[in-house]
Amino acid sequence: MFGPLVCKPGSSRNNKTGPWRTELRPKFLKKECIACNMCLIVCPEACITGQGKNSYDFDPDFCKGCGNCAAVCPKKDIEMVKEDSV
Amino acid sequence: MKELLEGSLAVAEIVRLCKPGVISAYPITPQTHIVEELAQIVANGKLNAQFVNVESEHSAASTVLGSVACGVRSYTATSSQGLFLMAEVLYNIAGMRLPVIMTTAARAISAPINIWNDHQDVVSLRDSGWIQFHAEDIQEAVDLHLIAYRLGEDKSIMLPVMVCVDGFILTHGLETVNMPSQEEVDKFLPPYKAPYKLDITNPLTLGPLVDPEFYTEARFALNETHKEALALIPKITSEFSKVFGRNYNGLIEGYQMKDAERVIVAMGSVCGTVKDVVDELRKKGKKVGLLKITSLRPFPASHIYEALKNIPKVAVIDRALSLGSFAPLAAEIKAVFFGRPKTPKTISSFVVGLGGRDITRESIKEIFRLLTGKEKQGEFIDLKPELLKESYE
Repeated sequence: MFGPLVCKPGSSRNNKTGPWRTELRPKFLKKECIACNMCLIVCPEACITGQGKNSYDFDPDFCKGCGNCAAVCPKKDIEMVKEDSV
Repeated sequence: MKELLEGSLAVAEIVRLCKPGVISAYPITPQTHIVEELAQIVANGKLNAQFVNVESEHSAASTVLGSVACGVRSYTATSSQGLFLMAEVLYNIAGMRLPVIMTTAARAISAPINIWNDHQDVVSLRDSGWIQFHAEDIQEAVDLHLIAYRLGEDKSIMLPVMVCVDGFILTHGLETVNMPSQEEVDKFLPPYKAPYKLDITNPLTLGPLVDPEFYTEARFALNETHKEALALIPKITSEFSKVFGRNYNGLIEGYQMKDAERVIVAMGSVCGTVKDVVDELRKKGKKVGLLKITSLRPFPASHIYEALKNIPKVAVIDRALSLGSFAPLAAEIKAVFFGRPKTPKTISSFVVGLGGRDITRESIKEIFRLLTGKEKQGEFIDLKPELLKESYE
């Protein structure tokens, strides 16, 4: 008998880990963004995407709510907000 | 062909006939002669394999884990402290369902350091998920390697198998061995075809992290597969006897059990001595017998029940301890009978032959003598009380 044994490539993408998130999630205000890319770079889940000013956003399927993006944003254009406020 | 061979050289020769593609091992007494011989066989071009020299047993086990994961039949061997250094990897090999075959030259564990034979190293690894066979003599050791490859690589099993060969007594003893031909081995053991393997054209992950959603099922399946192995072993051994003409049950072997009133249960080379004593006592009209355990894992509980249920007095010989508790084999034999309708009147437990102390005919006769009395719990045979008077206060 065999149980879970091998997995094909891409299993990290299939295994959505967003439900582990803290009670906070980032809110991208998309007003002052200068497209410096800092939020995208610091995200430990690599779940922020965007190209050009005010285009950045995060993937709630993987975001853990760590707040690094909000902390690093030089324009304070990302806020951490309560999960249930969205 | 019959040859007079040292146990280690016989094991190396049968491994050559099984044609592993990768061999990796680190030398440790009393396993050394096996891998020395295999290194020479590979260097002389008599086996087309890669012999990977490594810096430790942990690396040796990791190397064969990797090579079997890539779909290549592999082999390693170790003993005692080396087996313990491998331990972490051994659990992984079993959990990843990779049929590595390993010879363990059973030896005592430090401290005090001791290079001689008992079963403490291998018995300590009984929960690793490896199938564990114990050989009585060199011929059986040779044959169990063939059975091990066939069983471990079976697509329904895919488990590693450890063939336990008593250090020195078997590894360094000489015996006339009936060595099979390459044709016979090829007939019994087809080339290894892995049902899953690491392959750059078809990438997959072996041994990934699993969360609580998956772990239980992986371990459950491992445990169920041991039960399936229990059913498959007799089928493989009967096929073995068709090709090679030697009969093994593969799980247990009874000797003079039919009308026996006193029976010793044992594993490994001591069974030979017990058989001699049984023959001697039978000539004097004593109804004694032996039950040899060949497969410690999977543990053939129902076979043991059937073999011993009508025997009045049973003695279990342990050559290892579970410090602070009951002797390990005795505890399992007793567990077989707990809550069952039939049971021996007494199941006594004896500890004997630790760290290479000889188990003589006299030791075995003493056990048969003690069986006539009350049930014994973890009774040491041949203990020297005069050595227990040290004081360090």
